[in-house]
Parts: sequence; structure tokens; C-alpha cells
Amino acid sequence: FQKELKPPQCTVEPQQSAATRLRIDPLLVHVHQFIVQLKLDHGLHCGVVRAVLTLQEVHQDLGLADSVFRDETEEAPQAVQKPVDKTNGHTLFSISVFPIQGAGQDVGRSCVLVSIGGKNIMMDCGMHMGYNDDRRFPDFSYITQNGRLTDFLDCVIISHFHLDHCGALPYMSEMVGYDGPIYMTHPTKAICPILLEDFRKITVDKKGETNFFTSQMIKDCMKKVIPLNLHQTVQVDDELEIKAYYAGHVLGAAMVHIKVGSESVVYTGDYNMTPDRHLGAAWIDKCRPDILISESTYATTIRDSKRCRERDFLKKVHESIERGGKVLIPVFALGRAQELCILLETFWERMNLKAPIYFSTGLTEKANHYYKLFITWTNQKIRKTFVQRNMFEFKHIKAFDRSYADNPGPMVVFATPGMLHAGQSLQIFKKWAGNDKNMVIMPGYCVQGTIGHKILNGQRKLEMEGRSTLDVKLQVEYMSFSAHADAKGIMQLIRMAEPRNMLLVHGEAAKMEFLKGKIEQEFSIDCYMPANGETTAVMTNPSVPVDISLNLLKREMVLGGPLPDPKKPRTMHGTLIMKENSLKLVSSEQALKELGLNEHQLRFTCRVQLQDPHSDSDTLHRIYTHLKSVLKDYTIQHLPDGTVMVESIVIKVSSSAEDANAKVLLLSWSYQVLPSEVAGGYVVEHRVQACIEDDERHGNSSGVVDGSPDGAVLDDLQALKKVQEVNHMVWQEAEQCDGQDGVDDPHSLLSCLGADHGNAFGCQRVAHHDDNGGHQGAKNQADYTVCGYTVAM
Amino acid sequence: YCLSGHPTLPCNVLKFKSTTIMLDCGLDTTSVLNFLPLPLVHSPRLSKLPGWISKDGSINLEKELKECAGRVFVDSQPEFCLPERELLDLSTIDVILISNYHCMMALPYITEHTGFTGTVYATEPTLQIGRRELVNFMERVPKAQSATCWKNKEIQRMLPGPLKDAVDVWTWKRCYSMQEVNSALSKVQLVGYSQKVELFGAVQVSPLSSGYSLGSSNWIIQSHHEKVSYVSGSSLLTTHPQPMDQSSLKNSDVLILTGLTQMPTANPDGMLGEFCSNLAMTIRAGGNVLVPCYSSGVIYDLLECLYQFIESANLGTTPFYFISPVANSSLEFSQIFAEWLCHNKQTKVYLPEPPFPHAELIQTNKLKHYPSIHGDFSSEFRQPCVVFTGHPSLRFGDVVHFMELWGKSSLNTVIFTEPDFSYLDALAPYQPLAMKCVYCPIDTRLNFHQVSKLLKEVQPLHVVCPEQYTQPPLTQSHRSDLMLELQPPPMPYKRCSVLNLPFRRRYERVYILPELANSLVPSEVKPGVSVATVSAVLQSKDNKHTLQSVPKAPPVAPSKKRKRVMEEPPVTMAPKPLLSGVVPLEAFLATLQKHGITEVKVEETADGHILHLQAEDTLIQLEEDGTHIVCDNNEPLRATLRDLVLRFLQKL
Repeated sequence: FQKELKPPQCTVEPQQSAATRLRIDPLLVHVHQFIVQLKLDHGLHCGVVRAVLTLQEVHQDLGLADSVFRDETEEAPQAVQKPVDKTNGHTLFSISVFPIQGAGQDVGRSCVLVSIGGKNIMMDCGMHMGYNDDRRFPDFSYITQNGRLTDFLDCVIISHFHLDHCGALPYMSEMVGYDGPIYMTHPTKAICPILLEDFRKITVDKKGETNFFTSQMIKDCMKKVIPLNLHQTVQVDDELEIKAYYAGHVLGAAMVHIKVGSESVVYTGDYNMTPDRHLGAAWIDKCRPDILISESTYATTIRDSKRCRERDFLKKVHESIERGGKVLIPVFALGRAQELCILLETFWERMNLKAPIYFSTGLTEKANHYYKLFITWTNQKIRKTFVQRNMFEFKHIKAFDRSYADNPGPMVVFATPGMLHAGQSLQIFKKWAGNDKNMVIMPGYCVQGTIGHKILNGQRKLEMEGRSTLDVKLQVEYMSFSAHADAKGIMQLIRMAEPRNMLLVHGEAAKMEFLKGKIEQEFSIDCYMPANGETTAVMTNPSVPVDISLNLLKREMVLGGPLPDPKKPRTMHGTLIMKENSLKLVSSEQALKELGLNEHQLRFTCRVQLQDPHSDSDTLHRIYTHLKSVLKDYTIQHLPDGTVMVESIVIKVSSSAEDANAKVLLLSWSYQVLPSEVAGGYVVEHRVQACIEDDERHGNSSGVVDGSPDGAVLDDLQALKKVQEVNHMVWQEAEQCDGQDGVDDPHSLLSCLGADHGNAFGCQRVAHHDDNGGHQGAKNQADYTVCGYTVAM
Repeated sequence: YCLSGHPTLPCNVLKFKSTTIMLDCGLDTTSVLNFLPLPLVHSPRLSKLPGWISKDGSINLEKELKECAGRVFVDSQPEFCLPERELLDLSTIDVILISNYHCMMALPYITEHTGFTGTVYATEPTLQIGRRELVNFMERVPKAQSATCWKNKEIQRMLPGPLKDAVDVWTWKRCYSMQEVNSALSKVQLVGYSQKVELFGAVQVSPLSSGYSLGSSNWIIQSHHEKVSYVSGSSLLTTHPQPMDQSSLKNSDVLILTGLTQMPTANPDGMLGEFCSNLAMTIRAGGNVLVPCYSSGVIYDLLECLYQFIESANLGTTPFYFISPVANSSLEFSQIFAEWLCHNKQTKVYLPEPPFPHAELIQTNKLKHYPSIHGDFSSEFRQPCVVFTGHPSLRFGDVVHFMELWGKSSLNTVIFTEPDFSYLDALAPYQPLAMKCVYCPIDTRLNFHQVSKLLKEVQPLHVVCPEQYTQPPLTQSHRSDLMLELQPPPMPYKRCSVLNLPFRRRYERVYILPELANSLVPSEVKPGVSVATVSAVLQSKDNKHTLQSVPKAPPVAPSKKRKRVMEEPPVTMAPKPLLSGVVPLEAFLATLQKHGITEVKVEETADGHILHLQAEDTLIQLEEDGTHIVCDNNEPLRATLRDLVLRFLQKL
């Protein structure tokens, strides 16, 4: 569709009145700025015209402020809803966010679809841990409408390696079919396939499930991954730009800033605003995105200080060990596990404890190795000291073997996975559940439906597979060690990024509601919380980038002086040339030149007859000196070619052939947008008349020729009246012109008298001097003229 | 502005759109070759060298100058030739862009004691490795007495070459202190490849992978309409770092080209082979091998090459020693920069395995590293062995000790791999020398052939490079292939020259706020070309320009505070409207008629027509490029006529 629109003129059938053709004005040619396209389905595209900037005369009655275009297909486009603003054709832009099942008001998994500037980007591709059936994966047919995913998506970005953020990736790329780019950070790319493989083994090999991705699929999927560095700006295509920021949730977790043109979105994934023992805090610069999509797992929690939590944790572990109990800590292999390992390791060392700490096999060693190699992603302290001592080489923590679970005596076991839904942790849990000396510490959030969630909710009898029930006697403790941002952290991030809109996902509805209120109150920005499958469209209002000619800019800068004065904004004028896809702002002169147009001069001339016995040049000189004394604020020049210039008004004197005393004054001025010509012409004209008459009187003060004083007064009065008339007329005309030209500025009325293009500064000064604004100014001018007379008399 | 005469250790300053950007901060270290080596242990040989007395005996600088094998050396702490500091005020520099760690050795000289207040941008590996090199460099240079007498112009004139010809000896400076290094490096801000950094909103700089060393970068300095590329120390060879990003260099207005290979005739692969075979030969003959090198960079490639070579050459039992105060951290750090490595090494990290095989060499005890020859090393030292140590100039560092120790035996070999110093000059103070010398410089930077290919690829409008690249090297003046030949010819520069870059800025980006954009009324003047007159308030903030619509004058509210000065409404200038087009006679007459002006006498003139409106006694001259209305004292009529004429014209 975009290609179709590229030619400057485009004719499309509007929906409402099928008979009339609507011409899309070239301004719309700046296609990506003005038309947001949506690929809705295979072969069905839809672009919504957000802006109608020009309604040419013939088209005006159509009232088409927006219309939905379609190509050949006759199907109705899917629910593309947008506010209709028919009255003034506002430029509306939107970014829509579409959490695919589970990403909205739910913590189960993340999968958010963002449409921005015609690009569709999928953020995270998570799996729901609570389900064992098809509901586990996002329903992609929901967005593709049976089309190909590759056509629909421009890119997929994975924020970190947790399965609820990347678990469905092989399913999507290999089983549904997606061949476009997938972006993730280096550590994520390294670790994610291992977790996927691990999970696959549990589900397929142990539970014997079919219809699941294979090892090969994971490998193939990983081949489509493009690694992302922190702060690196990746150009996905010509318009789409992504940049990763440190998120501090787990090793390699990132927040992503997505930008298309002047619209942008930040997606946080999971993040953590407080540095912990091995990771730093999330950080983002003041990128002012249009939307900030934040997770809100701990939307209402403001957690007590970390140190307290750690002390609490250690105390509980210690007590349990003291009374000979076994402690099970279900964790994910990477992330919290390392944090807790470091914590326990230092505690054991300090307290000189002997009870063994085990880490469930498989991932452990490898995981720690990853931490060693990706040490640049950990926090400052670890990075600084790693040459001397690598924090991830543990002394007290050993690999776990299944047989150890039955060993007598106290022990601490870290086992995967973290929500007790499968694997080793579940096995150990079953073994230990019956003994009330034992303890299980859940260090993270548990998804609904998992055993972890059930026991945390106080359930004491669990139904297991095969109809057996399990009595839970051991102590269940919950310690929030998940590296998610709490309410305070979310607020902190908003402060950092300064978004224009806020969107909460990945949380529980009630808690999100609370946070939403808080955000709206504190930052007075709109906050959205879409439910699963609900689309949120956020209107953006981007500025239009235009190339300005440097000459014009420099001229303006010089006029404005070195320091901009906020009190006195200055206006600049230029011509915007719209040509193909470029917008250029140049000075009017340059525009003419560039467009190859001829300038058309429009001049007016007015003749004034008067009697003066002096020679032509003397008369002119006298006019000059007089004008100079009266019109102090204007540039008056006596040019060698026998003319006097008052600003841009030219005065010439010539005498008629018959009567040397009968002089004809030629006043000539060129056309101005605002009727300065009128004012200018007449004012000067009358001044000149007055001057001459005055002169005559002076010259003939001894002997009276023919001018009676009364006559002079009468003349003056008439002149005065005329000036007032003129001014009044000028005023009206200004109004009129405003209407015509769209130049809305009555205050320039007087300044236009001095509208000298060469010396705009002088003109500004002039206007300054006698103008107190608009109409009043015009009167002032009239008064001024009267003054001139009085003095003269 | 060029501040350094050394083409591979550049130091240039670019002034671009009101920003002053220093490109690299190279320190010309070749000056140290004029100094005597500084031994770590007292060397009887060096201390017995005769002092230098001029032939006529008039100048006696016995204490400062020593003679060895016919050459004169300064017996003092080595000093370095700094980038030029007089050419421009260094405190006005806004940012320094560092392309690789070799090119930041002069950083403390620039950032300290010059009033520099800007920021330094470098990638993380460049900073980490650079910090080590700086520390290494600094710690190796012991504090001894300094000699100044020889710098006297009169005396210098009398000295034999190359001391006589040394330039600006007065500006030569001693090494900086730890404190200065730390302070200089604290000004560094880290960047990642293709990260876009805004400088004062005026220009955007971003580093690109240059393929030369870990974290080495080329820089792009661009505004919305201009683009300057700075290429420094790039390599197209496949070694350990991420391959060079060439495509982003395209469409540059100006490309500044520095840091080409210093050994255009030596093929790195061939040199590597020679290195291995010489090494094996010496070891088999029972001799020791000394490899003077820097503590990072090429050594990783050497070790990787040796890793494969050791087994095949049966060197499994030979100890390899890497002696440097930063040896350990250099080897450790090299393993953690996965992001900055080439694809092969990255995939290793995913496994997860250390990307460089030297980890295995260390694990299997084949490679040992020590901070210095003192301590553990002296007790574990076994011969024959291979020693990697610095500094490659052979003037300071642990290498001096090994030169003194092994120099007398012809069994031993010293293999030079670093191209920065002429090996003959480096060896001069050790003459006479029995030890074998092998020179196999490995310089992976671009050679002339690769450069011309690259330039063809990226098509810059202009190329700026050091003058050394515009002519063949002095020693091989017939090799016209060892120079840059381009159309248009590259603009050469040398130390202290100031060039005006040949491009003119013509456009700048402004943003039209939506409110204003909506109010614009475009009209089509030609098919596909529309124009609209814009009158707006220009706001410039942080070098970003926005156009807002002209604010409406606020209604003058009766202010309660009397003292408050009434704010003046924004002053607007009327634009001079430009009209274009032609007034067609027939249509105009018809329009006149419509408005009740019927008595029109049309006269034809050379340029057009004169219309005489008889009833109104008004003349209208219609011409190709102008219309003149002569009308006396009839304002309403004039206005009508004006409006009628305007109907046919376009306003800009």
C-alpha cells in the first residue's frame, strides 16, 4: 500500500460516496508521516488517512476528514477504529498496542504487539506456565487472520530469557512460521536455547507430550536471532530503529526503545530499579517515548528494604538448618538463583556453617560459566573485582544428585524450576512435603495453576496426577526476591524516561488499577491497562521534520540575536516546498528561483499636483528635508537619480511643460500583503502636500499670493479627515486581507508601513516604537499626522 | 586541525557546526628511541657507555648524552612528542572520540592541565584495554633524572643525527602520573557500536566497528544533511574482533582516513608463519625467544596461532611466559568482551566456552603470566622459553632486562611483531648484539590496495588523509602502488596544518509543530510540487529548531500588580510577498467587465499592454513580469483593481 501511495498524486475511491474520486494532496505524499498503514491480513491492507490538510474547492463538500481505503478485496477491514475529527482535519497519529492473550492483565506470559508508524513489532513471545495444553502458547492466528506471520511482523524482540518471555519463540518461528528478524541481547541468545531445551525435555521426554517443538526447531529458531548490544541503535529497516537499555532483571535483560520516524515506544520487559548483589539497576535516558509499556508484576508492593529481606531470608534458612530441617528453594536456573547463591555463600562463610548447599544439576555449572563470560552485564562491583576473584566460583555450593534428597541431616537445595510445576524441584518437594521440619522458600512469583501458586495460597492438600493427594506439612515461606520493579521502581522509571503515555501490562488487574491512578495523579499522563487481546490505540502528535535552508535560518538567528529571548518570540517567514517526498523550507526568493517562477511586480502610482515655484530638484530636496523632520522613525533616502525613498515608497517630482510651477509628484509603491501600500502611499502623499503648502506659506509670509489662511486650514482639515479615512480603510482592509491570506496578524498593521524587506530589523524597531497593538496603533498614527500639521502651522 | 604528524597515531580536531571534536589522541612514542634503555636491574654495560663530547670539545654533555655503537642517546627518563598544543585552544574542545586503545596514549596530556572540560567517548573494551595500556606504559617508565641541557637549540644543532633533526624537543614531555591517568579516564563515557550520541543537539556521532582490535571503532559525525566519516585503524582481515562495518560509511561528504598499515609490504599471514617457524627453530636449537609486544591486541592472535602450532611443532614442553604488570587482566578481560568479538568467537561463548584458546593454554600451564620479572617469575623461570613482554621500543619495561640477559648469545632470537618502531633503531643501544633478530611485523590495518577497494565501495565525496599517504614511502619511491590515488585527489595534511573541508552546509532540520502544520495551506504550482507560505515563530533550543504558530496576542488582562510591565505582543514582520505568474489580458478584461469597468482602451506596447480605464482615468500596464497601476485619488478603485490583478497571481 505504501508503494501505491508513493506517487505524488493518488486517486482513491472513498467509501461513502463511491462515485466521487478523492485526490490525495501531495502533502500527504510524505506518506509515512501522514498515513499509517496497517497490514491487516494477507492481501488486505488498510491505511487510515489521518490528516486532510488541503481540501481543494471542488472537494470541500465531500467532508472527508477520514476515510478507509481498501484495495481490491471486498472484505470489511477489521475494527480499525479511530476518532473522527471531521471539522478541522487534525493530524492524528496513533500507536496501537495489542497484548496477545496473557500479556495484559495477567502475569502468565508476555507477548505484546505494537503497531507504530505502520510497523508491527512483537515484544516477547512468552509461554504460559500454568497450562499444559494449547493455551500455553499465544494464539497467533488471532493477529494474522490465517496469513503468514512473516508478512505481518516487522520484527520480534525478546527482552530476556525467562520462559514466560521467550518460551513460545520456537513455536512461533518454526511451527507457526516466522522468518523475520528476532532480536535479543547476547546473554539472552546464549542462555535462552538452553532453557528452552530444558523445558522441552521436561514436557516431551518426561511427560511424553507431543505437539511440542523439537531440539532442531530450537536451533533453527536461534539462527534467526540477531544479537543486540546495549545502547546500540539497530536499524531494522529504513524507518524502524531499536535500541536496548539495561534492565537488571536477569543477566542480559533489556528494555527496548522502538522508534519509527518521530514516534517511539519503550517496552521494559521485566526490570529492576534497585541494584542487587550481582546485577545493576535498570537505566534509561530521557528518551521521551510516546508510550512506555511497563510490566507491573509488583504494581502495589513497595517492598521493604532489600537488606531486611535478605536478613529475613537468611534467618529462616538458618533456623530451619539449626533444627535439622531441609530447605528447598525452587528457582530458575539463572537469575535469582545466582543472587541467592552469592547471598548464602557469603553467609555460610561468615557463620562458618557446615550444612551442605546443593544446586540442582544440569544448568548450574553452565549457568555460572555464563555469568563469568558475561561479566560485563553484571554490576559494577563484580566487574571490578572479577580478575582477582570471580564471584561465581562458589566454594560451599555443590552440584546436587537425586540420591542426596534422601540423605539425613539438614541441607539447602536450590532446584529448578521455580514455580514447582515440573522437574526436579517438584520431585524434591513431593519427597519433603510430609515433614514439618522442612521448609520451602518461594523466592519469586508463581503463576496461577502451578503448585507453587497453590501452596502459597495456603492450600494444604494437593491433587497430584493419578488421583493421589499430597499433604503439605512443611513450612511454606514466600520471599519476594524477584527482580521486578515495585511501584516505586515503576514511578522512578517514568521519571527517567518521561513518557507521554503509560501502558501497564503483565500484572493483576486490581493492582494495576491502583497504580494507574497513582501514575495519572502524579505525572498527569494517560495510563492504559489493556486486557488480553484488547487493542489500545494511543494518538500521537508528532512534529513534521522539514529541511530549512541555512541561509534563512542564519538570517533569523542573526535577527534574533545570540540569545533567544523567550519574551519576544520572533516570526520568520518562508516558503515550504513540497516535492515528492521532501519538505523544504526556504526563503520566498529562493523558492521562486528553485521553482523556476518569475517574480511579478505589482506597483501602484499616484499623482499629486501642487504649486511650487522652485526647481524640480529643489522641490524634491525640500520635500526630503521636511519628511525627514516629520517622519523621524522611517528610513528616508535622497537618491542621486532624483528620487526620494520613504522606506519602499518612491517619490519623484516633475514639472509640467506649460507651467513650471505646477509640479506633479509621482508616488509609487509596490504591493504588500498587508495594505501598507495604502497607508504608506497616502500618508506620505498627505505629508508631502502638507509640507509643500506649509512651505508656500512660509515662503510667502510677507506677501500673500492666493492661499488664504482659511483655505489652508480647510485643506489641512480635509487632509486630516482623509488620513483618518484612509487609516480606517486600511484597518478594514487588513481585516479583509487576514481572512483572505490566512495571515492572521492585525498587529503588523503599522509595521507594514515600514515594511522594508532589506532591513527588517529597522522595521521591527519602528513597529515597536509607535505600536501598542492593532487598531489603537492606527489611531496613533493618525494623531501623529495631526501633530505634524500643528507643528507646521 | 592536525595536531600529530604520525599517520597511525593521529590527533586531529574537527570543527563542525559549532562543535569542536577531537578525533583520537595519539602519542608519538617514536621519540623514545632517542633515549637510553632503562634497565630494571643495574646494567654494567649501559652505565659504562662513554659520554658524548662534541668533536671540538667545546660542548661537554657527558652526563646527559651517551654514545653507543656510533649513536648518541639521551640518558634520562624517556620523553614523548606530544600532539601540538599551540594550534588551537585545547580547552575549547567539546568531545574527544577515541577509535582504539593505541590512539589514546596522549589522553592525559590533553585532558589534564589544559582546561579541558569536555567528554571523551570510547567503547568499553577500548577504555578497559586503554586503561591497562596507559597504566602499563606509565608504570614501566621509572622516574629517573631528566636531561634538559641537550635541548638547548644551540647545542642540539651540534648533535649528531637523529637527535639533531628531532622536532620541538622543548615540548617533549615526561610520562604522566597515575593520578593523571585516573582523572583522564574518569572523563570517558562508554558507547556501544552504532549507538547514536547527540552532541549539543547539533551533531550526532556514532562509533562503528573497525575490525582492527577489540572495541576499535571508526566514527561517523553527522547532522541531518552532512556526514563526516573518520576511519582510523581499520582492518578487513578476519582476526578476533568484530568485522569492520563498511556499509555505514557510505554517502559521506568527507572521509578522514588515518591509521593505514605501517608495513604495506608485509603480509600479516606470511609474517605469522615466519614468526612461528623462527620461534620453533630457535627453541629446537636450545635458544630463547623474546617477543617484545604490547600487552593486548596482536598478542591474542599470536597466542591463538601458537595454540594450534605448539602441538604440531612439538613445543608442548616449552614454557611460554607473558610478563607484564597487566598480563593477568589482559588475558582475563579478553574473554569477557563477547559482544565485541567476531562471530566465531561469539558462538563459542554461547556454548559456553571461553572465546580465546589462551584460557586453555593457561589451564594446561603452557602459558604463564607474571606481573614482572621479580617475584614468582624468578623462581619458576625455565630455559629455553618464549617470553612475551614489553615495551616494543626496547627502551623500558621488562624487555630491557631480557635484552641484556640474552643479547650476548647467538642462540637466542628476538622477534619483533609490533610495527610501531623500526627494529634497527630499537636495537641500536644494544649493539653490538650477538642475538638473532627477526623482524616480522604484523600490522592488520588496511593496506593501500584494501583502502582503494574500500573507498570505491563507500564513495565519499572527498577524502582527507595525512600527506604520507599521498606519496610513496621515501625508501621505496618507485612503488606508486603504495600511495593513495583517487579522483578527486585526497586532501593531504601534515602536523600543524589546518584544512577547510570542502563542503557547504545548505540545509538544517527544523520541526514544524502539528498545530502549525495543520494551519498551512499548500497550493500546487507544478504537478507534484506544492508550496505553502509559512509564518511562524522560530524557537531554537539546544540547537534544535522548531517552528510554532504565531501566538495570538493574549487578551490584555487588567493586571493587579501595577509594576508589572505589560508584555508586548510578539512583533511580527510582514513578509514581502512575492508574486509570480502572468496576468492574461483577455481574462483580465473579462473580469474587469464583471466588476463594472467597461470602458477600457487597450494599447499594445513592446512588453505587453496598457489598459486605459477611461471613465476612471486610470492606467494599468500589464507586462510579462509586472503590473503597474496608475490611479489618482481613488482608493476604492485601486483596491479593487489590486484584488483583481492578484486573482491571477500566485503568492509565495
